Amino acid sequence: MDLIKVAGEAMVEKREMPDFKAGDTVTVYYKIIEGNKERIQQYQGVVLQRKGSGISETFTVRKISNGVGVERIFPLYSPKIDKIQVDKRGVVRRARIFYLRNISGKKARIEEKKS
Amino acid sequence: MSEFRSDRWPKQTETMSGIIGKKIGMTSVFGADGKYIPCTIVQAGPCVVTQVKTKDTDGYEAVQLSFGERKEKHTSSAMAGHFKKSGASPKRKVVEFRHFPELPALGSEIKVDLFAEGDFVDVIGTSKGKGFQGVVRRHHFSGVGMQTHGQHNRLRAPGSLGASSDPSRVMKGMRMGGQMGARRAKIQNLQIVKVMPEQNVLIIKGAVPGHNGSYVIVEK
Repeated sequence: MDLIKVAGEAMVEKREMPDFKAGDTVTVYYKIIEGNKERIQQYQGVVLQRKGSGISETFTVRKISNGVGVERIFPLYSPKIDKIQVDKRGVVRRARIFYLRNISGKKARIEEKKS
Repeated sequence: MSEFRSDRWPKQTETMSGIIGKKIGMTSVFGADGKYIPCTIVQAGPCVVTQVKTKDTDGYEAVQLSFGERKEKHTSSAMAGHFKKSGASPKRKVVEFRHFPELPALGSEIKVDLFAEGDFVDVIGTSKGKGFQGVVRRHHFSGVGMQTHGQHNRLRAPGSLGASSDPSRVMKGMRMGGQMGARRAKIQNLQIVKVMPEQNVLIIKGAVPGHNGSYVIVEK
């Protein structure tokens, strides 16, 4: 019996999340609490990797903000995530696309998957 | 003098109950406010009361708990006889607890429902062994701090051990290299995140001494 899994699942609700992988462009709707007010912030970027398994799975989203690369790591089942919206499906040949950090401009484009 | 001592911390009159458990491993969960909490999963109990010591028989009050299955062929006959008295099967870990709020009956079981969510507990275990370590790792000495200016092989050396002809010896307790870890360690004031009575599991906020699978004592 895997007690870590059992205990974790008792604490964290595993919600239905859209299926996405590295190379996809997603928008994360993230709840931010300021004082006693709550608002939702959007963060759009390319998924670099999905890491871990079970309740402790995380994903990294990279975007270029004012010419500076910004990466944010979100726990997949965080209650602060309102929803995840998949904007584009990208075609990449590996599961972790860290090479994206070293390229910019036209080279950093990701081909969109034809459905 | 004796009166003065009994008032000092930890108070002898204070009640403290506990349970024996097994460290399963660590994970992270989300708290009520959505914060990520690192926590340790401990499989605690059910522990069997294998001996109750009273003032009349032993001169002091204590409860002996046992936990973890042990094969009969690996149990010495002395211990087998001891377990037979309480009607329990042979156990691996036997620990005595003093200052239980009330003495339980011989052969009864102590379970995780002893604890409640939000309780602060102390956890005792045997820390991970690190072997023979130098002063930089063991006592956080800063080392020499220079690679040039005549340093040849002294980068992580402790430096001076004291003055010269007065006192012409090294003071007791001087911090030096030696065995690190693999000793009894207690972490105080860890909060209980959740109690799961069906699985006999405690989720404790923070880290707990020892390897995964090692025995720990959780005290309230």
